[in-house]
Amino acid sequence: MSQGAQKITAIIVDDEELARAVIREMLRSHPEIEVLGECANGFEAVKMVSERKPDLLFLDIQMPKLDGFEVLELIGSDIATVFVTAYDQHALRAFEVHAVDYLLKPVAPDRFEAALERAKQRLGAPAPPVAELASAAREPGHFAERLVVKDGTRVHIIPVAKLDYVEAQDDYVALASLGKKHLKQQTISGVEAVLDPKNFLRIHRSYIVNLERVSKVEPYGKDSHVAILSDGARLPVSRAGYARLRAVLEGQAS
Amino acid sequence: MHPILGSLRQLSLYLAAWSPLAVILFYILKTAGGLSWVQAFAMIPLLCLVYAFMCLSAWYSCRGTPLATSSLSRLALTHGAGALVISGIWVAMAKGWASALASIEAFRGLDQQFVPDYPLLFASGVMIYLLAVALHYVLLSIEFSREMEKREIQARVLARDSELKALKAQVNPHFLFNSLNSISALTSIDAGRAREMCILLADFLRKTLGLGEKGVIPLREELELVRSFLSVEKVRFGARISVEESVVPGALDCAVPPLLLQPLVENAVAHGISNLTEGGWIRVGVDCNGRVGGDDSQAGELRIEVENNFDPEMPRRRGHGVGLANVRQRLATRYGDRARFEARADGDRFRVEITLPVEKIEVAA
Repeated sequence: MSQGAQKITAIIVDDEELARAVIREMLRSHPEIEVLGECANGFEAVKMVSERKPDLLFLDIQMPKLDGFEVLELIGSDIATVFVTAYDQHALRAFEVHAVDYLLKPVAPDRFEAALERAKQRLGAPAPPVAELASAAREPGHFAERLVVKDGTRVHIIPVAKLDYVEAQDDYVALASLGKKHLKQQTISGVEAVLDPKNFLRIHRSYIVNLERVSKVEPYGKDSHVAILSDGARLPVSRAGYARLRAVLEGQAS
Repeated sequence: MHPILGSLRQLSLYLAAWSPLAVILFYILKTAGGLSWVQAFAMIPLLCLVYAFMCLSAWYSCRGTPLATSSLSRLALTHGAGALVISGIWVAMAKGWASALASIEAFRGLDQQFVPDYPLLFASGVMIYLLAVALHYVLLSIEFSREMEKREIQARVLARDSELKALKAQVNPHFLFNSLNSISALTSIDAGRAREMCILLADFLRKTLGLGEKGVIPLREELELVRSFLSVEKVRFGARISVEESVVPGALDCAVPPLLLQPLVENAVAHGISNLTEGGWIRVGVDCNGRVGGDDSQAGELRIEVENNFDPEMPRRRGHGVGLANVRQRLATRYGDRARFEARADGDRFRVEITLPVEKIEVAA
């Protein structure tokens, strides 16, 4: 092989033992690929990928704990990813997050070889920011039911109903939930796009608020307002934000 | 909204039907009441027009006292009182109109002349009102039978719809794809188990064949189908799947619609076990009170429960609830109010409870 001494490292993620076995077996005829390990759920996958930093990821979509897209969003690095799933309805979304390929179970050997070939070409090429893409890619009309945040190798899951507000902080957003703030490397517009506008509103360049948490809005200074949440937190409201907030609150009242 | 006021065509027909009444009233007041032609012309058309609309109020009293369920005394009381009141108001209005006309030179004395005609007018008013009541009961019964016809058609469409869905639901393609993937893995690991899985899968598919055409099957057959399905899933999930079954022997011969339990168990695997790293459990329980085939079999109830644990932190997948809704709808079309279906999540447990009337399976000759 012309790959040189450097081996391509890979991790296989699937909750079914037999499904992992198929991939492992198909990789057996490729000595240039070294399988670093196997994971049976999304949490394990995030942990192992951050620790072992593989080149290639074989990823099932429907798994316990975190689904394949959430895993991809959290690992957020330029790992060539091949989705392997029995469901064909996620294919479009998979290509939006720049997956190398999308294999359907049961996996045909020639399709597997083609995917491997594409993965090899992808390696070394600059990768787009997958985390941002993965969090933004969703089926139209479907909003996120939960947000996932990685803290070291730990993963926090925040159901959107428990999200109080989102605050932009430089390259990060802070997700405030149950009195804690979780930092995530994402833009505030990226978060805004996945939250249901029926429940969440951008009240400021740097703030999105859960409308259910707003207890009152008071004037603050000459031009601006402040929103007071039910837990006492005070968030600045810009002029445009105040207009939006009033429209929503008046719409609810009528 | 009153049906006659709802369309211009109905209203014109109704008013046209009033013209013979007006002619009769004209004749009565002219001959028995002793009014002149001019006086009768000034009085009758307007009075009839007003009374035509007043009689429409019978619609509400007719709807309030349905002919089929109200007692004779209640009918007599309601409509008798209605007739007296409405006709009384009408006569009072006639009196007002007569005195208004009397202020004009040409009709001077009309109010005095009209006084002896009031009892006649009142009696006619009562008769006409009662006629209107009869008309409204006819209208109501026409409307009722139309409604029933519509409902029957809807029920038939719904029943066919859900049967078709049941047919389609027989084999979830993803179950098939995942099973084939397991077989594909086993071929090189353990050829013997691969063959075994092929046989299990074939066994399950064969059992589902033709089920959609049957109205009911014995619970025994449905349970065999469920076991067959789970034995395939056990190859896929290995130790992650654990199943507990408790069925009272007396329930095995009860009639159930085919594919009643299997979709519920499939749901439990898809939304419970497959999301649990450490595996999960499914409990199927069937209880039955009342003997099958006894004389009082109609009184008995068959209770079926499917319970499983799940990860409440996982977002709900799309498609969740389609299988449940399908079973619920099929029960509703077949049994109506006699079956209950309840699905409820409680913490990390999901539980479906179905109650059916105990029915003996009809043995085809």
